[in-house]
Amino acid sequence: MLGRSANGIFWLFRNLERAENTARLIEAGFRMALTREACDASDEWRSVIVTLGLRGLYEAKFGTDYAGPNVINFILRDKDNPGNVLTMCELARTNARMVRAGITREVWESVNDNWLRMRDLLARPVTETRLGDVLDSLRRQSTQVRGAMEGTMLRNEIYNFARIGSFIERADNTARILDVKYYVLLPSISYVGSSLDNVQWENVLRSLAGERAYRWLNAGRMEARGIAEFLILDSRFPRSLAFCYGKLRSNLEHLAREYGSETDAHAILREADCDLHSTTIDAIFEQGLHEYIAQFINRNTRLANQIQYDYRFID
Amino acid sequence: MKAASPSSYDEMFTADGAVRPAYRGYNEWYAQQPADLLRRKGTEAEAFFRRTGITFNVYGSEDAEERLIPFDMVPRIITAHQWRRLSRGIEQRVRALNAFLHDLYHRQEIVRSGRLPARLLEKNPAFLPQMVGFTPPGGVYTHIVGIDLVRTGEDEFMVLEDNARTPSGVSYMLENRETMMAMFPELFTRVRVREVSDYPRRLARSLAACLPPAAKGHQPVVAVLTPGIYNSAYFEHAFLADQMGAELVEGSDLRIENGRIAMRTTQGYQPIDVLYRRVDDDYLDPLTFNPESQLGVSGIMDVYRAGGITIANAPGTGIADDKAIYSFMPEIVEFYTGEKPILQNVPTWRCSEPDALKYVLEHLSELVVKEVHGSGGYGMLIGPTSSKKEIAAFAAKLAARPHNYIAQPTLSLSTVPILSRAGLTPRHVDLRPFVLVSPAGIDITPGGLTRVALKKGSLVVNSSQGGGTKDSWVLDD
Repeated sequence: MLGRSANGIFWLFRNLERAENTARLIEAGFRMALTREACDASDEWRSVIVTLGLRGLYEAKFGTDYAGPNVINFILRDKDNPGNVLTMCELARTNARMVRAGITREVWESVNDNWLRMRDLLARPVTETRLGDVLDSLRRQSTQVRGAMEGTMLRNEIYNFARIGSFIERADNTARILDVKYYVLLPSISYVGSSLDNVQWENVLRSLAGERAYRWLNAGRMEARGIAEFLILDSRFPRSLAFCYGKLRSNLEHLAREYGSETDAHAILREADCDLHSTTIDAIFEQGLHEYIAQFINRNTRLANQIQYDYRFID
Repeated sequence: MKAASPSSYDEMFTADGAVRPAYRGYNEWYAQQPADLLRRKGTEAEAFFRRTGITFNVYGSEDAEERLIPFDMVPRIITAHQWRRLSRGIEQRVRALNAFLHDLYHRQEIVRSGRLPARLLEKNPAFLPQMVGFTPPGGVYTHIVGIDLVRTGEDEFMVLEDNARTPSGVSYMLENRETMMAMFPELFTRVRVREVSDYPRRLARSLAACLPPAAKGHQPVVAVLTPGIYNSAYFEHAFLADQMGAELVEGSDLRIENGRIAMRTTQGYQPIDVLYRRVDDDYLDPLTFNPESQLGVSGIMDVYRAGGITIANAPGTGIADDKAIYSFMPEIVEFYTGEKPILQNVPTWRCSEPDALKYVLEHLSELVVKEVHGSGGYGMLIGPTSSKKEIAAFAAKLAARPHNYIAQPTLSLSTVPILSRAGLTPRHVDLRPFVLVSPAGIDITPGGLTRVALKKGSLVVNSSQGGGTKDSWVLDD
């Protein structure tokens, strides 16, 4: 396949994954804001903006006024935010058009549908009344694309580049959410068990669609260390770092088999994957969760760059 | 039901409102359909097109980056008998076109014999000196041709234009059929229509039959070269690549390696055997042609001439689309085939000839005047629908550069009904059959693309000017 097409499919799925994760983040933030006093609510919205790396852009426009409707629209559709969700959907679609000959009709139609729907839904400012509908659509559309992929795509290099894009992005998003929330929650870590603490941690899980799974595994106990362990090391949870890297390993192995040789990206992946398997949550906390995650994000980026280089995404 | 307007030939109804044989099966079915059902299907079809992304980009339109070509649900139907005659004429014409192109770039016998004036080639940008003395692999110049036909009576089909450069529209032919079959499956069990869906496979086979000398014995590598996602026909480029299982490449994916044109794959550069290019000659090779071009590959013409790649259609075939050359097609067909042309040209005045120019200037309000190198319905004058002011302005342009124009009578194009709010309403149509040429022979897909002018009385069918399309049926015997 063409290097340019590999790049296109990789970014198609990174953008879709990012749009979906952003929707979850807003959803969790919104829920949080609803149950809080006004000033706590704006703290919550600020942390959403920080997690998305938009603080500078946002404050340039609105100052430190973190009112819900401003934040929501800034993230979803504001032209002053070049990484808004509508743009992500559009980029995903542009990439899909570029690799149109490499994806099935079902996949193309679901990506195109997603964009058509988002374009309509985000044509005017999103009120809090409409927010649920918008976020719901975003999640539903991602599910549809994934289903079309799963059910119709040949398991070849194209499929593997698509999956690599998804999991690189997902690992990055999970790590960032954990990192920011950890900072927000720093003071509360020593107060494990207080009720505010529980709600905050539950919110982290909710942002990652993991609240149900975690409760089920832990009989409802919320505990900082346990949650961090779940999100980083539990390879059964599809948004954990360990899970993403397990998938990346098999996708890269598939490429090595198909192409008959490994590349430098395989070495980086092996190192990261090995790390996730040999470490414990105690060791991570000893090193410092923030340091551990910063290192992880850094290596994740390095892996993405190496893949783009090894497989000639660009000249 | 309405009878067609008496002035032009309606393909479905006779002047007294009887249904012609070609449409009998369809009409029986149509008569049983509730009117609102068909209208609902129309909305369904539009949603279907938008979802599948069958859109085209319009140059110079800011608001709508991607537009749908309106699709009308009444098929255009041609009987098996009519098609047999048409295909004989098309085959003859396409054979002549290829022989003509070979001759133009070699001994130019047709010029020596005095049947074609040499001035038509001199300073003609579509004639490429780089092609002189070179024979493309398999001797094929026009791998894909679209012949634009218009009809004025029961047996009167005429050629309006030859598209030997890079004819487009075949994806609409295929998608229109898919849409019709999805919406009205029962219709196809009643009326037997010849298949068009294997066009991509036949195209792939036809291209693979023209391998360049440098191609090794492996499976032929075919790629489609597109200017990119913002090109008006991008959907079609992607569609054809997908259907043929070929890579869809852009200029930036290509470079020269070991005397071959190679594409950057995830595993390094891989040589291409046949490049189905949807990029004009001008942009193909910045070294040879337009140095500003980012769409092509520097040096591809050298590789081509050295036998490293097949380019389809061959560079320089555009000369056959020239409308001044067109006016000589009857002579050209006869010169190379030794037969009388089966398909007639539309009568054409060459404004470069003083008598013709005088006539044209005096009759502008009745004529259609076209630029010799123009296409897509741009830069032309349609006398009967133009104002006095427009005609005067055009007359000045024409008088200043007469050799740049040809003129034709305003033909009374045949009509086929479209489905409008008032039911079946006649609209003017043309037909573009698609023809594949390989060393093994000439292969014509039954039917083609029917374009329809959606505005009442309009004769302009171009999609860029508000035309729509129809599914085109050739009936099985």
